Amino acid sequence: MTVTPCHVTREEGLIFERSRPGRTAYSLPPLDVPTVPVETWIESRFLRADQLAGLPEVSEVDVIRHFTRLSRWNYAVDLGMYPLGSCTMKYNPKLNERVARLEGFAQHHPLTPEELSQGSLEVLKTLEDLLCEITGMAAGCLQPAAGAHGELTGLLLIRACLEARGDARQKVLIPDSAHGTNPASAAICGYRVQTIPSTERGLIDLEALRRAADSEVAALMLTNPNTLGLFEEEIEEIVRIVHEAGGLVYMDGANMNALVGIARPGDMGVDVIHLNVHKTFSTPHGGGGPGAGPVLVTSELEPFLPVPRIVRRPDGTLALDYDRPRSIGRMRAFYGNFGVLVRGLSYILTMGPEGLREVAETAVLNANYLAHQLKDTYEIAYPGPVMHEVVFSDKRQRAYGVRNVDIAKRLIDYGFHPPTMSFPLIVSGALMIEPTETEGREELDLFIAAMKAIDRECRENPELVRTAPHQTRLGRLDEVSAARRPVLRWRSEASSAPSGSPSEERVASPEP
Amino acid sequence: MRYIPNSPEERAEMLRAIGCTTIEDLFRPIPEKFRLREPLRLPSARSEAELLAFFRELAARNAAATEYAVFLGAGAYHHFIPSVVEALISRAEFFTVYTPYQPEIAQGTLQALFEYQTLICQLTGMEVANASLYDGSTALAEAVLMAERLTHRREILMARSVHPEYREVVRTYTRTLGLSVRLMDYDPETGGLQARAVTPSAETAAVIVQSPNFFGVIEDLEAIAARAHEVGALCIVVITEPISLGLLRPPGELGADIVVGEGQSFGIPISFGGPYLGVFATRERFVRQMPGRIVGQTFDSRGRRGFVMTLATREQYIRREKATSNICTSQELCAIMATIYLSTMGPRGLRDVAEQNAQKAAYLAREIARQSGFRLRFCGSHFNEFVVHSEHPVALVLEKLRERKILGGLPLERYYPELRECFLVCVTEVIPRSAIETYLRVLDEL
Repeated sequence: MTVTPCHVTREEGLIFERSRPGRTAYSLPPLDVPTVPVETWIESRFLRADQLAGLPEVSEVDVIRHFTRLSRWNYAVDLGMYPLGSCTMKYNPKLNERVARLEGFAQHHPLTPEELSQGSLEVLKTLEDLLCEITGMAAGCLQPAAGAHGELTGLLLIRACLEARGDARQKVLIPDSAHGTNPASAAICGYRVQTIPSTERGLIDLEALRRAADSEVAALMLTNPNTLGLFEEEIEEIVRIVHEAGGLVYMDGANMNALVGIARPGDMGVDVIHLNVHKTFSTPHGGGGPGAGPVLVTSELEPFLPVPRIVRRPDGTLALDYDRPRSIGRMRAFYGNFGVLVRGLSYILTMGPEGLREVAETAVLNANYLAHQLKDTYEIAYPGPVMHEVVFSDKRQRAYGVRNVDIAKRLIDYGFHPPTMSFPLIVSGALMIEPTETEGREELDLFIAAMKAIDRECRENPELVRTAPHQTRLGRLDEVSAARRPVLRWRSEASSAPSGSPSEERVASPEP
Repeated sequence: MRYIPNSPEERAEMLRAIGCTTIEDLFRPIPEKFRLREPLRLPSARSEAELLAFFRELAARNAAATEYAVFLGAGAYHHFIPSVVEALISRAEFFTVYTPYQPEIAQGTLQALFEYQTLICQLTGMEVANASLYDGSTALAEAVLMAERLTHRREILMARSVHPEYREVVRTYTRTLGLSVRLMDYDPETGGLQARAVTPSAETAAVIVQSPNFFGVIEDLEAIAARAHEVGALCIVVITEPISLGLLRPPGELGADIVVGEGQSFGIPISFGGPYLGVFATRERFVRQMPGRIVGQTFDSRGRRGFVMTLATREQYIRREKATSNICTSQELCAIMATIYLSTMGPRGLRDVAEQNAQKAAYLAREIARQSGFRLRFCGSHFNEFVVHSEHPVALVLEKLRERKILGGLPLERYYPELRECFLVCVTEVIPRSAIETYLRVLDEL
């Protein structure tokens, strides 16, 4: 195979392929204590014999060049619009990075005695209180590390509450428009999942909900606004149906960016909600985390919250309370993704109440602007006044043999990150677009122009769209063979697979 | 508001363009009664300078490692972080990006994660690793759920010397699923788990052991794994201090079926407990039951090597309630930090830093054992942590140390009532000799 010569910075190999014996990038001070051979206190059979062979040997310059070159192959919020629906890819303020890196936080050990941890505990307590005010809930827990972890926590709280009522139940109701983590979280809690269909308007089918809301219902998991970007207008009735059946209402707060400062889930009767600090409250997503998924609850559920709880003593100092006999237990070691939470607090204090309201107003305005400007070009599956995001489909473009994924890949050539496509499952060929408030009209107009241009290309030159992207270093990647013959790690050419293990070519079996 | 680009005029124009007169029109789908009439009761907006001052004041109330010599470990470790780590992950191209669903514009993240998976396999001696879970404790809980899926058995056998908070998390995750957790006690002399104390049954899904364990004692993994395998149970090995892998034999060579751990030591700030890095590695034949994101190698339309997220049929966004885990967002940026750290250290750096940890801990342990009123509680081999038994009240000892700006260790009574007179001490490479000598002088003066 002949390879066209390419600029060196575009053809960076793996760090292991850069390795040369004898190169180093680390520095350590000399060991300043008297030493004795390790074998005198660690049995030699416990010691490593392989000299860590295979780890890369590179210089500091190699490390910097390697990872800097890699970074340039990523598209990022700081480069342009990143309209992934339900992901709220907004600008990540630089101030928050500076705050999280303050040495008093970054170098603070989690098991430091409480009286010497008052600063960090104050950060957590303040954030918990502010999130209660924002959502209209009574109490909260900051431990969950991400949205799905918050869902799991919330469902465990619901289970504990129902068991305390003497009425443990079997099933969780989830609308068919929900994100995949909802049913997966319910399954880990041992619940059976019953799917509730949507109406032709894209809202929860109240009749179907009434039929499903029997004495076995533990909870309804509701995303509101839902993943179609529509607010569940009948929220009051929905909550009433579930509560009358003896169940609780869990709200997935992934789409809270539409509601901050506008309306509060607690006022609507929601019993448990998780928030995504890495969405609504602007913390960087990091290519798939770290995030934070705090859970807020009503006073009825408060006794079941995970340990430890942060409590204020009469003298005003903060303490960790482990004596919580009805608690569901601990969701993770220590207290949560502190570094993410402190950024979230910094964001909320920067915005203030008026600023947060302006966030929701602008996010909703931007989404409606996009919906309005593109509705004649792309089908909107469930028309209606949208909130913070809008879901188009590829219905019109499919006539030319072009699918949503092709449109998404072509958007890359125009300099935008593609929309979400993997859900909602009820829209065939979905293009779920969430602009967020941190895009201005100029960027939105560029995006609209790109979407219209792609539509023209679908009609005039569909092959151009089907084979996109054309401007990236690599073309479309073969995901099917990646899964069929998984190669999940690098191996040196000299070394073969360890004896006794199957070769990399073999598809692993699911059972031992 | 400085994070919102639209000017008031642009906002008005956009409203007009969509046929609205006021912003309030946009929120008509929300029932009137639920729309807030008053602003939220939050502190009013603060400027950048005011906010920095506010947080600086809070940060100053903490006893951070910049001011104190910190001899605390127990699942979170102070190690030196090379400057390149922060310089590189501060690039917006790494930290302001989403999960790499679009591989053509996410090759930087994907290739770095493929390198991370390789490094974890090399260090643990395992065959496959995922691209991270939340932290060590939740990685252990996920391993337990995976063992249940693989064996269809309902009992978990866990050492008491596994990090107490990890054990609590396992209990939270397993209780509703009806899995039972049986604990195995540590040997009161060595602090380790005796193979004969490992008594799995035909109902045991997994035997869980931590090494070095919560007391810092290195476990005989080979003997423990053999006991698990005798009855067809899996052996799950937990590592909370992965720097130990620079010195110790990898669990993959000793019979581990799943290795989970905390990757914080690899270049991630200690940051009051998070964000950290859940490490997860296993055997190739179990890969389709592994939770979390996995990155695999593939080729593009012109035959050039590239990387994608793969084996997605395990995951919640495809399989919903039948997924191997509910995890979506995990800790990928932390995994990239670990990749940069390990690339910087290389084989010699990792070996050197592990040796320094072991030597410094051993030195302090030897010297404490010579002090009257103090002895080492356990005689098993240790890495960079050890348990001290004190004839003086533990609170008094730690208070005296604190007066000299030393956080001397973790009292163990809360976790192990029988170890009321003991505390756990950790020494890493960042502790200077002078702090160790001060520590010893304080004990001497008691």
